[in-house]
Amino acid sequence: MRRLILVGTSHHRAPVELREQVALGREEARALAARLASGGREAVCLSTCNRTELYLAADEPESAERDAVAALAALEPAVEPALYRLHDRGAAHHLFRVAAGLDSLVPGEGEILGQVRHAYELGSTGRLLDRVFRQALHAGRKVRAETAIGESPASVSGAAAALAEQVFGSLAGRSILLLGAGKVSEQAARSLRSRGAQIALVANSKTSRQEVEAQLASVDVVIASTNAPGLVLEAETVASTLRRRRGRRLLLVDLAVPRDLDPAIGELDGCYLYDIDDLEEIVAETLSGRRREAARAEAIVAAEAQKFHEWQASLEVVPAIASLRARAEEIREAELRKAESLLGRLDESQRRAVEAVTAQIVNKLLHLPIVRMKQAAAATEGVLYAETVRHLFGLGEDER
Amino acid sequence: MAELLFWPALLLYGEAAVGYLGDVRRPGRLGRAATWGVRLGWLAQTALLAAEAVRDDGFPWGTWASSLDLFVWLVVSAYLIWGCRRAYRLLGLAVMPLAVALLVVARAGGGTGFGGSSRYSSLFLVLHVGLVLAAFAGLTLAAALSALYLWQERRLKRRPATILRRRVPALATLDELALRTVAWSLPLLTLGIAVGLARLLAQGERLDAVIAATVVSWVVWCAYLGLRLLAGWAGRRAAYLALAGFALVALVRLALPAGHFA
Repeated sequence: MRRLILVGTSHHRAPVELREQVALGREEARALAARLASGGREAVCLSTCNRTELYLAADEPESAERDAVAALAALEPAVEPALYRLHDRGAAHHLFRVAAGLDSLVPGEGEILGQVRHAYELGSTGRLLDRVFRQALHAGRKVRAETAIGESPASVSGAAAALAEQVFGSLAGRSILLLGAGKVSEQAARSLRSRGAQIALVANSKTSRQEVEAQLASVDVVIASTNAPGLVLEAETVASTLRRRRGRRLLLVDLAVPRDLDPAIGELDGCYLYDIDDLEEIVAETLSGRRREAARAEAIVAAEAQKFHEWQASLEVVPAIASLRARAEEIREAELRKAESLLGRLDESQRRAVEAVTAQIVNKLLHLPIVRMKQAAAATEGVLYAETVRHLFGLGEDER
Repeated sequence: MAELLFWPALLLYGEAAVGYLGDVRRPGRLGRAATWGVRLGWLAQTALLAAEAVRDDGFPWGTWASSLDLFVWLVVSAYLIWGCRRAYRLLGLAVMPLAVALLVVARAGGGTGFGGSSRYSSLFLVLHVGLVLAAFAGLTLAAALSALYLWQERRLKRRPATILRRRVPALATLDELALRTVAWSLPLLTLGIAVGLARLLAQGERLDAVIAATVVSWVVWCAYLGLRLLAGWAGRRAAYLALAGFALVALVRLALPAGHFA
């Protein structure tokens, strides 16, 4: 019986110093998966900045688990106490939570689903890992479609970009004026650029005031994060450019402390001003919203894990069901052969009718026991049922 | 029998109005149910109007109440173009309660039944009433878009921490859609008024207060379009002007029973 095994570590168990020792690049992950998959096993290596996990499907789970632990310990021996080991339903449930972003540092973060897909594509998979990874990707997509867990930004830079989208819609072709170039403002600018906006000017202490004012008349977004002790942009300066802007909206994001932008700018028509406190409050609210949505997402993931469990459990009774069907068919054909002398007098259509009737009787007799076996397989007594059926019908006795 | 179609239409529009209200408190399932309410209600009302047209052998919307029924259908039709999108569900909160209220008024005035007749020729009704009502429906939607713009703009100015919790169309999108809707509706209104005036001259009748108010609203909407396209008006000012134009449209609609259909 093929079992699912997970061995790995994540930000819950290991600090970054340890995680970076066992982090793997794409080619390393592919090679490790290929190595672990030798001997008829299946293997996938999922390695991101927050986790390194090995998923294996094997008929001998103990030795597969030992090999996985050894593979990670070979990268960094100190990782062993930080490893978690999960099997079958637990491993699948964990993978589904990972794909849904529920195990991430920020609940619902969007990148992990793509990382799971890449890991799956690089892995050496067979029937079991194909099924569990496809279902994980499905669960991840379903959670994102049916809950709002991934809809709002979880960082100050993401919040700035989301606000820009609330004002302008698509950011393609929108221009940004950067006043100063701190780390957070760079991240915000990068976030806007990834959505199609362009940087018109990065102004520093050497940039002339006229140049900044000229840009103010045409840009759509201003991001300020200088180290200046006082205001860098007054409301009067912005007001003087409004006529030239001809009603175009202006989003101003002040990430500096002390503030660079005059708070009175927010009162001007068509100007929307947000400072660092506003953005941090938005992010805090967003994160609490994500946590609320996480409860709904957990229910979706649990339902998917249950489906996987039922599918995997049904594999245990599949051989017994196949043997039962084969035995019944064998008996039916044998009895028909015995009655050959009588059936010889029948014409072709009558012969076909007899074939159909006997096949139907066999199918009807077997239908309920097979359904019950599949149902029982999802519970703990699945194997017992399979053994009972084997015993009652003498399945496999010929081989013994 | 077909008259009974009024009830599913009313109930489904009512369900949509309540659903959109619930969607404000907890976005998700209620909003989706409301959108389906609009779609199915629109189908029921379409069937009702079609049955009226077949039964009355022509154009059965010659009374103020029956024209109100048609007007509601046009407004909901225009809303359906955008209303199915998740970001525009808030617009439904402005449109659907209005649709329900007007449909009830149309029913009370006998405008959702059969056997209506008109003292006007069918051709005149099709051109004049059809064009003016279609234009009014478009302008109502433009006003709803402008109201949504003002609401969203106010939120962006007030900077609440919950600003990103709800999906609302971007300011620029709302502004652009309102402009486009007016740009489509104004030519219809112009043609509708021209047909009405031509008939007025041919019959030798006088201008009445309803016609005067319609012409004033046409001037306001022309000013809206002109100021936006030529003077660069946008945003809050344009939205307020659209609401002023809508107030005149509403006035004309309310004055119709006392004027044209008296």
